[in-house]
Amino acid sequence: MQAGAFRKIHTRIDEITKATVTLRAQGVGNEEMAYVDDRLAQVVRIAGEQVTLQVFVGTEGISTNAQVTFLGRPPVLRVSDDLAGRFFDAFGRPLDGGPEVDGEEREIGGPSVNPVRRQQPNQLIATGIAGIDLNNTLVTGQKIPFFADSDQPYNEVMANVALKAEADKIILGGMGLSNDDYLYFRSLFENAGALDKIISFINTTENPPVERLLVPDMALAAAEYFAVDKNEKVLVLLTDMTLYADALAIVSNKMDQIPSKDSMPGSLYSDLAKLYEKAVQFPEGGSITIVAVTTLSGGDITHAIPDNTGYITEGQLFLRTDTDIGKVIVDPFRSLSRLKQQVIGKKTRSDHGQVMNAAVRLYADAAEARTKKDNGFDLTEYDERCMAFAKEYSDQLLAIDVDLGTDAMLDAVWRLFEQHFSLEELSIKKAISDVYWKGGNA
Amino acid sequence: MTQGKVTGVTANLITVEVDGPVSQNEIAYVILDGQRLMSEVIRINGRVASIQCFESTRGVRTGLPVHFAGGMLEVELGPGLLSKNYDGLQNDLDKKEGLFLQRGEYTSPLDENKHYEFTPLVESGASVEAGDWLGEVKENWVNHKIMVPFALKGQWTIESIASVGSYTIHDTMAVAVNDAGEKKEFTMTQKWPVKVPIRCYSEKPRPNRLMETGYRIIDTFNPLAEGGTGFIPGPFGCGKTVVQHTVSKNASADIIIVAACGERANEVVEIFTEFPELEDPRTGRKLYERTTIICNTSNMPVAAREASVYTAMTIGEYYRQMGLSVLLLADSTSRWAQALREMSNRMEELPGPDAFPMDLSAIIANFYARAGSVILNNGEQGSVTFLGTVSPAGGNLKEPVTESTKKAAQCFYALSQKRADSKRYPAIDPQESYSKYLDSPEIRAYLTQRSGPAWVDDVLSLKNRLLRGKEAQDQISILGDDGVPVDYHVDFWKSEVIDFALIQQDAFDAVDRFASVDRQEFGLKTVKSICDQDYFFENFEEVAPYFKRMINALKQMNFSAFGSSEFAGFEKELNSILAETQKRGEVA
Repeated sequence: MQAGAFRKIHTRIDEITKATVTLRAQGVGNEEMAYVDDRLAQVVRIAGEQVTLQVFVGTEGISTNAQVTFLGRPPVLRVSDDLAGRFFDAFGRPLDGGPEVDGEEREIGGPSVNPVRRQQPNQLIATGIAGIDLNNTLVTGQKIPFFADSDQPYNEVMANVALKAEADKIILGGMGLSNDDYLYFRSLFENAGALDKIISFINTTENPPVERLLVPDMALAAAEYFAVDKNEKVLVLLTDMTLYADALAIVSNKMDQIPSKDSMPGSLYSDLAKLYEKAVQFPEGGSITIVAVTTLSGGDITHAIPDNTGYITEGQLFLRTDTDIGKVIVDPFRSLSRLKQQVIGKKTRSDHGQVMNAAVRLYADAAEARTKKDNGFDLTEYDERCMAFAKEYSDQLLAIDVDLGTDAMLDAVWRLFEQHFSLEELSIKKAISDVYWKGGNA
Repeated sequence: MTQGKVTGVTANLITVEVDGPVSQNEIAYVILDGQRLMSEVIRINGRVASIQCFESTRGVRTGLPVHFAGGMLEVELGPGLLSKNYDGLQNDLDKKEGLFLQRGEYTSPLDENKHYEFTPLVESGASVEAGDWLGEVKENWVNHKIMVPFALKGQWTIESIASVGSYTIHDTMAVAVNDAGEKKEFTMTQKWPVKVPIRCYSEKPRPNRLMETGYRIIDTFNPLAEGGTGFIPGPFGCGKTVVQHTVSKNASADIIIVAACGERANEVVEIFTEFPELEDPRTGRKLYERTTIICNTSNMPVAAREASVYTAMTIGEYYRQMGLSVLLLADSTSRWAQALREMSNRMEELPGPDAFPMDLSAIIANFYARAGSVILNNGEQGSVTFLGTVSPAGGNLKEPVTESTKKAAQCFYALSQKRADSKRYPAIDPQESYSKYLDSPEIRAYLTQRSGPAWVDDVLSLKNRLLRGKEAQDQISILGDDGVPVDYHVDFWKSEVIDFALIQQDAFDAVDRFASVDRQEFGLKTVKSICDQDYFFENFEEVAPYFKRMINALKQMNFSAFGSSEFAGFEKELNSILAETQKRGEVA
């Protein structure tokens, strides 16, 4: 593991915290990689001759006379087609017993794409899940997280989305994955026969938390290789970004930075944005789409992590258990795909936009009726109809086990409209209802 | 020039030991392996200057040479600013090479070789001062004035001026002398430091006319004045960006400057892609011809994000000096405030509320104060209207950025999560939002002249009805549908008519997204007369279905071109629905 012997080795550490070491050294560059004994570390602060290193695996057992070797380069990943089908740790070292990947060294966490060289995302990603395709259509080049409580099956939903998405490459960045989840992904990908297009960078709960900080950059560096050099459609899965942010907070805390909201570093927004903004559609056809997971604590989206994420990503998919039908649904109120307007009614049927909005509005009416009922009031006949509609809509369309084509979804909603409402209650543009409304005209 | 050596790095904060004088906000370049990394001085302590680097500091090490440039961050002003996509430091993004933004690559903002047709506006012998118009060129369709540099002091006499003809931006257009015998040559361009307001005007009166946006909730209910300031706070997902984009497409401004400050790249790409295609509803020209985009997306360096809003404002002020009406949109000012916070944090300043710098409020107020309507020295009027968005953490409007902005801005367009959840777009909350311009005597006079003496009172009466509807709804939800008089239901549904017919507007519908003044006048009149009418119902269950039919007719009208036969058909339907209740009234 040791770098070339021509590098000067330092053996006097002045200060050790749980995540960092500080020593005197010269000619060291910011963000340069180093070894502290055999542990990888990165320069995070230089003050005169005092250089502070963040030690990824933690500093347990590091002694003040540990050997520190600077590598003279930022963190890199070796990229080539051989990445496909492989499992790596946070440093890009094989986890699957296979050989090291031979290829060109690329800096991870590199520069951002010039906005004028991007293309406006406009290709629909069909997932079959109506809560997504109907109400929150995904588009290539988009970045979108699942907001979910830790007891919800977010990894399963995300894996399903990934397998249906017709991507050329799927890159999994696992941060703080439980060993079970890691094995779940592994066997799912193997059983789907998709292993050759999947690349995984895994940090499990058995690994130290600070190590996670490298995982998204590794995954995205690999994604850029395939999207830019090979013009491929790449889907990047990042789970769980909350654990990533927690690791950022640990490092910033050890560096005595003043915390902002919820003990998170003041730079949380920029830190997360640097990752998510790697999502891109290139005019040459290559694209990077990011689907992430941000776990919530008790559904609280005002916490700094989901809050900052929401301002960066192009929407969010909010999972919630609907007790009426006993299934997990994609919540139509809190979920949003910002790029859906690029494809709705353009790549899908012309009634899509209006049907989607009318159904969600009626679903909101049903929620209000429900509150009324909970407060012990009599329901009007309209309230009753809304609630009946909401239950079927939830079961037939919002539930995550639904698997339909978009046209079939739209037809299903029209049939529910006809069953429960009069045309006037929908407030749908006449030119559209003339074509699709098959019910009576009361 | 002063030189220095790097002594420390933390993220994008670099400390430099200097060998000579440096000034606050001076620009410095760190030389790393042949690349020049642009930075700005933000603190000086003895011989150590702290500079914030506008680029990634990866690889920066102690001992690197630093060159100080001697001046503050400047922009270059001249013909060719329109239709450009700049980064926060005014680099022309289209001139940059490669897919990725390479650090240390700076591109010139204007086109040196392009020829412009010049027409002089003064003759030799004329006495001029800073900001005076020397001539004009056509920039797209805008009459771009060539002006005496704003930094010039005192009175000057024009010795010679270029004749009508074709020139490039760096050609000498005029030569002037002053009493002291100094001689100056003027080109079409000049430089100006972004953090200093351009003040070559005689007065800054209160705004006296409106900036029309095509949004009913803004123009009718909470109007934005030309030269005024407004802001849109809201949790994510409530449609801030859609509102801003729609305003940028429809606003009655001569020039639109969009500052994408720390926001999503794909949203900027949307503007890049759509604006060259879209037509300005007023002039019929392409929207791109009157637009400049300053784009510092969230993954671009933080310090340049802070600079980007100033760059945008300076370009806005420049066009204001030409007697034009400029609309500046910034999305989002919270990201700018966060950039300030990150730097303050790195400099280990004592934090204010939520770890923001203590002087946040003052910085925001200073920035908003740069907007305004001005009377130029030649009597012409120009304006910069500023509309910013704020992204409050957790959707909480009590956080420091929202609070500070509320003190500085005159219009407040609060986006409501509840309205967004029920897809009532634009989710601008009619109760929370306000425009102080409705109370301004100048704007009232303008509205009276435009739309008749009853206009403001009519608007206020509908606002009052919205409030009453809300109260009725609260009562209904406390006491139950049959626990309140039927009138309460009628009051509630009247407020729903106002909501659905006037406040809600589909930004993605080709017709509904833009409401002209005529159309808004018609809408207000129609809805007001619906609300002023008495209705007779046997029981509460009749109320909702009746008003829903009415709302449906009104919505179909909104989706139809104003004055079309389709529109007339739905208007007829509306009138027949209205007639039903009158008959019922006669029976009762």
